[in-house]
Amino acid sequence: MALNSHIPEGPMADKWTNHKFESALVNPANKRKFKVIVVGTGLAGASAAATLAELGYQVTAISFHDTPRRAHSIAAQGGINAAKNYPNDGDSVHRLFYDTVKGGDFRAREANVHRLAEVSVNIIDQCVAQGVPFAREYGGQLDNRSFGGAQVSRTFYARGQTGQQLLLGAYQALARQVSLGNVELLTRTEMLELVTKDDRAVGVVCRDLITGAVFSLSGHAVVLATGGYGNVYYLSTNAKLSNVTAAWRAHKQGAYFANPCYTQIHPTCIPASDDFQSKLTLMSESLRNDGRIWVPKDSGDSRSPRDIPEADRDYYLERRYPAFGNLVPRDIASRAAKREVDEGRGVGPLKNGVYLDFGAAISRLGKPVIEERYGNLFEIYERIADDNPYDTPMRIYPAVHYTMGGLWVDYNLMSNLEGLYVLGEANFSDHGANRLGASALMQGLADGYFVLPYTIGAYLAPLLGTAPLATDEPVFKAAETKVAENSRRLLSIKGDRTVDDIHRELGKVMWENCGMGRTEASLSKALADIPAIREEFWTNVRVLGDNESLNQSLEKAGRVADFLEFGELLCNDAQQRKESCGGHFREEYQTDEGEALRDDENFAYVAAWEFNGVDTAPTLHKEDLEFKEVHLATRSYK
Amino acid sequence: MSAPKMHIKVTAWRQSGPDAPGAFKDYDVNDVSPDMSFLEMLDTLNERLIENNEEPIAFDHDCREGICGSCGMMINGVPHGPERGTATCQLHMRKFNDNAHITVEPFRAAAFTINKDLSVDRSALDRIVEAGGYITAPTGSAPDANLIPVPKAVSDTAMDAAQCIGCGACVAACPNSAAQLFTSAKLAHLNLLPQGQAERWDRTIDMVETMEMYFGSCTNFRECEAACPKEISVDFIAMLNKDYVKSQLKQRRLAGQVFP
Ligand SMILES: Cc1cc2nc3c(=O)[nH]c(=O)nc-3n(C[C@H](O)[C@H](O)[C@H](O)COP(=O)(O)OP(=O)(O)OC[C@H]3O[C@@H](n4cnc5c(N)ncnc54)[C@H](O)[C@@H]3O)c2cc1C
Ligand code: SF4
Ligand code: FES
Repeated sequence: MALNSHIPEGPMADKWTNHKFESALVNPANKRKFKVIVVGTGLAGASAAATLAELGYQVTAISFHDTPRRAHSIAAQGGINAAKNYPNDGDSVHRLFYDTVKGGDFRAREANVHRLAEVSVNIIDQCVAQGVPFAREYGGQLDNRSFGGAQVSRTFYARGQTGQQLLLGAYQALARQVSLGNVELLTRTEMLELVTKDDRAVGVVCRDLITGAVFSLSGHAVVLATGGYGNVYYLSTNAKLSNVTAAWRAHKQGAYFANPCYTQIHPTCIPASDDFQSKLTLMSESLRNDGRIWVPKDSGDSRSPRDIPEADRDYYLERRYPAFGNLVPRDIASRAAKREVDEGRGVGPLKNGVYLDFGAAISRLGKPVIEERYGNLFEIYERIADDNPYDTPMRIYPAVHYTMGGLWVDYNLMSNLEGLYVLGEANFSDHGANRLGASALMQGLADGYFVLPYTIGAYLAPLLGTAPLATDEPVFKAAETKVAENSRRLLSIKGDRTVDDIHRELGKVMWENCGMGRTEASLSKALADIPAIREEFWTNVRVLGDNESLNQSLEKAGRVADFLEFGELLCNDAQQRKESCGGHFREEYQTDEGEALRDDENFAYVAAWEFNGVDTAPTLHKEDLEFKEVHLATRSYK
Repeated sequence: MSAPKMHIKVTAWRQSGPDAPGAFKDYDVNDVSPDMSFLEMLDTLNERLIENNEEPIAFDHDCREGICGSCGMMINGVPHGPERGTATCQLHMRKFNDNAHITVEPFRAAAFTINKDLSVDRSALDRIVEAGGYITAPTGSAPDANLIPVPKAVSDTAMDAAQCIGCGACVAACPNSAAQLFTSAKLAHLNLLPQGQAERWDRTIDMVETMEMYFGSCTNFRECEAACPKEISVDFIAMLNKDYVKSQLKQRRLAGQVFP
């Protein structure tokens, strides 16, 4: 199947406007004749479900959470970007577009990014109208802060709880549609198969997590907004339930998976403390606005940080990148920290961190200002690390945080399978090889509020008069049997190891061989290890209980089984990409200064993978990327 | 290097399904590190249970950062345990003594049915929000965000209320199983903001009345505030009561609005 990105013709700045005008519309009275299934009610899914229902479509929204007010999105702390230029510091749609393409290390599709920058301004208007309590200045106007990878202040925030407030806004809009009867909401329901007929998405098969019942839902279109796959590493900043299952099972039905090797490591997380560690906690990147990152110059320095004089500290980011200093993009900040720790200058009991110091900011601005800006983050830190960051610098270290890769979609956010749309972190579309801070919330909401509601009409319009496929059709029955059989199989292995134990083993292999740095040899090792762990899982995992009631081990087992297949694809992708770009750092390809060395000649493409079977090599399809507006250049943040 | 391990005795509520009978069961957990979170301690216990062919204890969780509101259980009779302003997932074992005996049981309230063990169904809270806990602003209809200035103090107080994570601890703490703190937090968030004025009075009536369909009534025990992981203030309940009285004014619909 050839990949067609369906990028509209015309000048960059007019593409989206023209495309909206040229797309077929469904008239208001006909919208209710279409049924759309939205899987996932995080920022992307809830905003899409609410907006589609407002337009008049019949929507079924599904989440495995107990309420749409919960999703991984809720944990986003720092903020959301928009090209509002309220501070009058030179921002514009074009600059946000430019920063995002450059920040993505020239591996994103220009047209998508431009559209994202265009609709960013509408998102802020929309959220404020819904009552999102963004931070304000004393005059009552909205306040902005700056974030990594940008030299303007374009980030809107609600204390350290921006994701929470944005999700509550979308959840409330969704709740309104639920009460109006326009959305059927199914919580504690997990989608376990995508159902297709003739390469078209026609529905999904779900499991009711409370009763274990397996059932089908059919619709004119299926929207996946199921989040990212960072938990393939076991330890990450993602919420514990985040997983790749929905995307992976769609992939197994024919949807291409794009750029899985683009994983983002976030520079400011609390270092792991022991084996029992169940997840890592992010300290928002916004802290880098006022915190200064350093390590002792001498690797043997065992003094407490406050006793180390300025002369004996190395503010390595400020030294190496004077223009951006502590605000260099995430991938650069992460690798720089890894280098310090690898060279023995790490701090803390396990020597696995670097300092993030607010001493100077507190002297300059006073404690109340710092408290106002970061109070809740400091509190989170203190609870976990048992240290007070007002007095002692924080210890931070990079951790897996976000995944730029995801299901391949065209400009309309439709996958190569017709009628399957993918939104938010689950798609691959806008961030290239590296996402800038505060841009995921922007993208999720752009997709859900402002892109899909326009683009889905063009697909649905010609289907007017057709009914969704009946759920007693053989394709549905076969998928239901598959789901039931999978549960039965997991429960019948009765081996010796817990699901978590095997997941931890996979995570370790992934982190060590395909984490912050990757080499031909490490990837070959991972590719040899993963099938063995998969084999171990399917012969030796122990899942207790039954299928007919709430069984969290069974849920987890199904998700880990998918990670065990997906991890291999991630490593395959990393192996074929013989260049370094953004979050994908191949140690063989670096400049003399240790920076990522891209190979635009050979790798300026999107790698979209086609599934051929679990133990069969996948097929690589390439979508060539063209850079017409932002000229290919080596990123420099010096 | 790492701190010495603790030994903890856990008495946990076990119940296999919504209609099944439940009972307490005792467990010993050795090897507890003081740096573990409470849920990591339960993870450790669950790993042991599986090794011994006993089903692990079901409990809800997701973010493990105190923001999603999934977690929540009674820890020694207190929702979310002994530390003030702290969700279960943020509680660390260093807050307990070695050899502590900890009893865990689900949040109990008539409106919260038990799914299994420590997991409860809190969807009645969603019904309250669906009744009016929103501002009607269909996508695409919004004016420029800076058109309506919001005084910083108003925005800050709205944010204080909006921080509620919907965990239901306030309900579990209340001798009457009332949901006043939760409802008042949502009402205050929306009723304080200029954008929320148009629907203020209808919202108040609809949410309060829906709340009363599912939950008990508030008699000012104030246990809710003490249990709330976000330290939502009971002052918001006073605001709810005031708005509810105002929203009852008979001429309200005639006058269009009642201004505060
Ligand atoms: C700690 C942290 C802080 C962050 N801070 C920021 C920030 O400051 N700014 C920023 O821009 N970005 C930030 N991000 C990134 C951002 O939060 C996420 O990328 C974004 O919220 C993802 O939203 P989503 O809607 O795509 O997916 P999610 O929020 O992950 O939602 C996924 C939804 O899908 C459902 N689901 C998944 N699979 C299934 C299935 N099989 N069946 C049924 N339902 C399913 C889930 O129940 C959930 O409702 C942060 C991320 C982390 C980890
Ligand atoms: S008011 Fe507090 S205790 Fe009640 S649901 Fe909200 S956060 Fe939980
Ligand atoms: S797990 Fe999210 S609040 Fe505790």
